[in-house]
Amino acid sequence: MELFATIFAMTYQFGDAFSFLVISCAGLAVIFGMMGIINLAHGEFIMCGAYVTAAAARVGLPLPLAILCGALVAGIVGMAIERTVVRHLYHRPLDSIIATWGISLIATQGVLIVLGSTMQGIGTPPGSVAVGARSFSLYRLVLMAAAAGLLVGLYLLFYHTRFGVIARATIQRPQMARALGVDTSRIYALTFGLGAALASLAGGLYAPTMTMVPTMGATFIVESFVTVVVGGADIFVGAPAAAAILAVIKASMTAWYGQLFGQIGLLIAVIVVIRVLPGGLSAWLKKTRQ
Amino acid sequence: MTPSPDNRRYQEFMRRVLQQDQVDVVFAGFSSASREAYRPIVNQFDGLAFYNNQYEGGVCDANMIVTGAVPEQQFSTLIPWMMETYGPNVYTIAADYNFGQISAEWVRKIVDDEGGTMVGEEFIPLGVSQFSQTIQNIRESGADFVVTLLVGAAQASYYEQAASANVGLPMASSVNVGQGYEHKRFTPPSLAQMHVTTNYIEEIDTPESKAFVEKFRAAYPDEPYINQEAANSYIAMYLYKQLVERAGGTDHDAIRAVIAGGDVCFDGPSGNVCLDPKSQHMSHTIYLAKVEDDHSISFPKVWENIAPYWLGQAGCDLTQNDPSAQYTPSNPPSAN
Repeated sequence: MELFATIFAMTYQFGDAFSFLVISCAGLAVIFGMMGIINLAHGEFIMCGAYVTAAAARVGLPLPLAILCGALVAGIVGMAIERTVVRHLYHRPLDSIIATWGISLIATQGVLIVLGSTMQGIGTPPGSVAVGARSFSLYRLVLMAAAAGLLVGLYLLFYHTRFGVIARATIQRPQMARALGVDTSRIYALTFGLGAALASLAGGLYAPTMTMVPTMGATFIVESFVTVVVGGADIFVGAPAAAAILAVIKASMTAWYGQLFGQIGLLIAVIVVIRVLPGGLSAWLKKTRQ
Repeated sequence: MTPSPDNRRYQEFMRRVLQQDQVDVVFAGFSSASREAYRPIVNQFDGLAFYNNQYEGGVCDANMIVTGAVPEQQFSTLIPWMMETYGPNVYTIAADYNFGQISAEWVRKIVDDEGGTMVGEEFIPLGVSQFSQTIQNIRESGADFVVTLLVGAAQASYYEQAASANVGLPMASSVNVGQGYEHKRFTPPSLAQMHVTTNYIEEIDTPESKAFVEKFRAAYPDEPYINQEAANSYIAMYLYKQLVERAGGTDHDAIRAVIAGGDVCFDGPSGNVCLDPKSQHMSHTIYLAKVEDDHSISFPKVWENIAPYWLGQAGCDLTQNDPSAQYTPSNPPSAN
């Protein structure tokens, strides 16, 4: 029983780190991994999702609906930003960094001015699971299920729907897609909106567990960029593998030496991967498969 | 001026107000990082600065007057009380910068002096918001209570996550409630069982405190909470007024001569407080604030008039010389 409890505890910690990496990187994987926009406003989409979720939950919406509400709002905001700003920067990656960074500054300072330096949290849904002498938050297990659901859902969306096929075609071969009658600019807007909505989903899912401040998105940034960079261009092959490897590194380093070494481990891993596998895990996995 | 929480801005502003505007006194800084960033500039221009927040203690600097509480006031009271009430096994989690490191050293020293055991200690990088593994480490350590010296919004996520994992251990801190009024901002019961030693919060039920709350509310009706910095800044302002009146001007040597007399006291929101001439820190009445399950505050214990004795006993005497340094238990003035 004690052995089982220990294994459960280790698995739980791995799952917790894994779900944080997957959920926080999903939006960035679509916008940066697929579309190639280095989106420095990723954290602000997350913050937007968290704030809308909290506001919706406060007026009485059940939490899952509130989270979807946040994703919807951020998705629409994302599409608006794509239409007005990002659209002009598809072939200017360096400019897209500056532009999205500007959006990020405007968003955090704007929220600070309008809504103040802090917002009342909504509290984690109650419930804990006891395994042996330890007890675990039930909501963290829900987050793990959400991470798995997110991966499956994205896979189905991009590989088994018409939108997914068209979106991948548009991003890989825009001229060819246009020649076949695809409205590529609409697809770009929808994909960017989807990325924003996914980022916002991360904010909504983690909002009940966190302090709500305008800069809260910043705590997701390092983890999400590291996961996407380690994962490489093909997000469906790369991101889950990257999240799994990084979660093992982070959970075990944190367990043995504390949070500081968990972060150091994460950053060393990304340096090693960039140096050894410039195309990320997905490029390497694909090459070995051929 | 309110600089953004960026230490370089503190330095810029400090240089500007001292060099260009040539002000007589500055009330400055919210974190120990900002204070240590601007302090060399105050020394350079021989200015006078008030630091009005509680901190990790040890600043022996004639250019500084500190109205905030220090470890011998907050930890020498809190930690023995916690050990007596809940047990001798202590786990500390602290923000990984000067405030957290030095405060944790104080906790370690006091636990050791009192015959307790440190069952764990972890320093959390600023900006970390996920505490699953830390929470598990705490549970496995067999701690009787947790000392939380966490700072900033990201790290504050700990309380929600610990409550949701049903950790159920009492917590002790020198920073919560009295500064960030987390008991008002967080959803109950995430901060339940938190114990904080502070020299002032608005719940303190004395005539002086009630009068202060009334005056403060009349002047600033929209402020969400009246915390210890509000009281400390109020004390600082009246203290400076008294110093200038008694010194007959703003000349620093005359002001220091008044301080050296050792009778600079003020009846403030938290009762009578006096300025210690050796360290230029304040004596304080310290209240133990306990957060209940519904996030209301009770005061199980009050320590009257605790002097900021550590620096003076360790060898700092600003009436004799001015080392302008910050000391810690492992690096006391006498060692230098």
